Amino acid sequence: MKLTLYIWRQKNAADKGHMEKYQLNDVMEDMSFLEMLDVLNEDLILKGKEPVAFDHDCREGICGACSLTINGVPHGPEKATTTCQLHMRKFKDGDSIYIEPFRAKAFPVIKDLVVDRSAFDRIMQAGGFIGVSTGNAPDAHSVPVSKKNADLAMDAAACIGCGACVAACPNAAAMLFVAAKVSQFALLPQGQPERKKRVLSMVSQMQKEGFGACTNFYECEAVCPKQVSVRFIAKMNRDYLCSRVTEAVEV
Amino acid sequence: MTLDSKIPSGPIQDKWDKHKFEMKLINPANKRKYKVIVVGTGLAGASAAASLAELGYVVEAFTYNDSPRRAHSIAAQGGINAAKNYPNDGDSIWRLFYDTVKGGDFRSREANVYRLAQVSNNIIDQCVAQGVPFAREYGGLLDNRSFGGAQVSRTFYARGQTGQQLLLGAYSALSRAIGKKQVTMHIRKELKDLVIIDGRVRGIVTRDLVSGKIESYWADAVILATGGYGNVFFLSTNAQACNVTATYRAYKKGAFFANPCYTQIHPTCIPVSGEHQSKLTLMSESLRNDGRIWVPKNQGDKRKPNDIPENERDYYLERKYPSFGNLSPRDISSRSAKEVCDEGRGVGSTGYGVYLDFADAINRLGKHVIEERYGNLFEMYERITGEDPYMTPMRIYPASHYTMGGLWVDYNLMSTIPGLHVLGEANFSDHGANRLGASALMQGLADGYFVIPYTIGNYFGSNKFDKITIEHEEFKKAEAEVAEKTNTLLSINGKKTPTMFHRELGKIMWEYCGMARNEAGLKKALELVPALREEFWQNLTVTGEGNDLNVSLEKAGRVADFLEFAEVMLWDALERNESCGAHFREEHQYPDGEAKRDDEHFTHVAAWEFQGVGKKPIRNIEPLEFENVKLAVRSYK
Repeated sequence: MKLTLYIWRQKNAADKGHMEKYQLNDVMEDMSFLEMLDVLNEDLILKGKEPVAFDHDCREGICGACSLTINGVPHGPEKATTTCQLHMRKFKDGDSIYIEPFRAKAFPVIKDLVVDRSAFDRIMQAGGFIGVSTGNAPDAHSVPVSKKNADLAMDAAACIGCGACVAACPNAAAMLFVAAKVSQFALLPQGQPERKKRVLSMVSQMQKEGFGACTNFYECEAVCPKQVSVRFIAKMNRDYLCSRVTEAVEV
Repeated sequence: MTLDSKIPSGPIQDKWDKHKFEMKLINPANKRKYKVIVVGTGLAGASAAASLAELGYVVEAFTYNDSPRRAHSIAAQGGINAAKNYPNDGDSIWRLFYDTVKGGDFRSREANVYRLAQVSNNIIDQCVAQGVPFAREYGGLLDNRSFGGAQVSRTFYARGQTGQQLLLGAYSALSRAIGKKQVTMHIRKELKDLVIIDGRVRGIVTRDLVSGKIESYWADAVILATGGYGNVFFLSTNAQACNVTATYRAYKKGAFFANPCYTQIHPTCIPVSGEHQSKLTLMSESLRNDGRIWVPKNQGDKRKPNDIPENERDYYLERKYPSFGNLSPRDISSRSAKEVCDEGRGVGSTGYGVYLDFADAINRLGKHVIEERYGNLFEMYERITGEDPYMTPMRIYPASHYTMGGLWVDYNLMSTIPGLHVLGEANFSDHGANRLGASALMQGLADGYFVIPYTIGNYFGSNKFDKITIEHEEFKKAEAEVAEKTNTLLSINGKKTPTMFHRELGKIMWEYCGMARNEAGLKKALELVPALREEFWQNLTVTGEGNDLNVSLEKAGRVADFLEFAEVMLWDALERNESCGAHFREEHQYPDGEAKRDDEHFTHVAAWEFQGVGKKPIRNIEPLEFENVKLAVRSYK
């Protein structure tokens, strides 16, 4: 099939950036979206031009590296699918496709479609862990966990940290990402000792990074490739409120 | 040269405990005087960085990804083994040890494998304490399942995302240490060389992938946890960035590369759909429990699978191996698929694929049962291929998946370069000639959480370290070499992209050093690879600049190293004139196609020593002694 691509090109963080038009003539429907971009890039290199930079790695929908806003939707049109797992059969001959980076104040563009998502790492460093040093652990069976809670914790833990939730949110909120991690630990007995401190520190860091707040658009859930539920946001809000009034910590 | 593996004396059960007692300790106040560099932040690297930081060492960790959480450990699906014996089905440390040695076709080091089995239980404890959401029973306790090569249920899992959850556990421990300023984390920086001073590793040189800056970092010890080299085949189940550069650079600086020919091919991956293909996706092997594998009887039969009548189908595994049928071992299934495709009977647009058909199972058990068992896999298959496996048979083909070979390390996980430690898939240690399912995660975390924290202290305690800085001439020399190489790559101005060379190399390696190898083919590849390498340095084109985020330059550097490394792999495959585990030499097989070992001549590790690019490396030997497991024909019949 033939496609017209409009791709965001930006030399570096300081550059203003612009959309550039490319024509591709031999796109096969079995190609993944990123393989389609590979074809474009090979072509650009052979013409002596710089290829389009984009983040990607595992190409099987689990590492969370790939991003891209495709026709205005983070990860493109297919539900519960990362960009790397999106295939060209979801498009048709003659389509125009607009490809932009994940946009948010807290995700500055590094180059072309590559953005800096290290804000997520800093939120994790602020409290996204259970403080158990190597060797400290008791026997794995010493604390039973109800299957229901273990399953719910796994639902939350499925987050791949891609940032689509932020890119989709009109407020550029990272609530779904933070709520997923807070809830995973809040649901497990191992997470209880640091439960209050954790939610306060992670939310505080989230705000420092410049992410917005949740106003219930639910766009995050709609684009989440792992279908993490917005219910975890409600859970985190409740945890946050309880912790705020009961835990006397400076945040 | 015969290598000293430094295996402690005494009965195998006591070796590790005894060694832990005998090793030197560094007192808590002195640990902060030692600096460790950890390269790679997958399971092995992240767990090592976090654990060493907790002990008090100064740690600097490096990843070329934008976050430590992206490492390819994340893609492991199945699970992690441990000898907990929670199901009460007869498991023990000894049995896990035995299964792993046997699974490795008697080409691994007994003492290492025993230690792995011993610490496997601590790993599960540690991960549960970190909040890893393992699958549980209704009673609240952990669930186990069985996996290939074992008759007990010892595999712990977190849905189909065990690797992800374990990595996120290690990443959370690492994040905690970064937050406490115990670890300095460097993202988007790629190792380009190691620096050796007075015979010991003292640092690394990296390229910042955003600014292009070439930088030096010093340390008292360096840990490489940089994964395997499966991407030498171009197409593999590895992530796009996985490469051999770190371990190959170490090899060029004097670390021996052990058993590079041991590469595992997984039989059930989604086949290549065309020349554009960038990677292959693994489908869980469990599918073979209910699917029947077949190809058309006639060459070039292009009919749709459902239009091919029963009597024109060849269920070749059931035909050739009636007792095991579709559940024949990984290597046999893989090789048989290649055979029928080479005969021109492969299916799909490329002819490199075989059918995995669920029609009989659906008729017998009902669609809902199949959906319950494999629903998520069927969905993934449909997303990638656009075909509904409930209606039309799946197409599968084998793909490169894991590399058992790696840098040679002793019992302390130290390479032949003093101070250079190698963990996880990057070393050669525990899997012998074939890795069993759910053992990679176990080994990565064992090395990082429970082995290196002890052995590195012994290295520090046994040596004196002069203060150095990155102003040392060896750093400046290495930086200059890296800069020069970068400039060379940018200035060739030829006509082929790095990916084109990589794809060509992959085809050569897959054809002659893939699932089945023979002397003539390997010799031919030993001519083709140097020729391709020569062309690379004459006809490569890389656009853009060195001082910028430059994806084609990154790729070119990695391909350049693969082009040199491939030759070491070929030499190893040629000189290991036997079949063992995943290394199948067509000259050495039993009538039923099983690998035929030559224990008299090859019960050893081959560790290759660099002699110069294009020169044949020296093959050093570490004899393997089996005192606890009797050498036997590996049979799963």
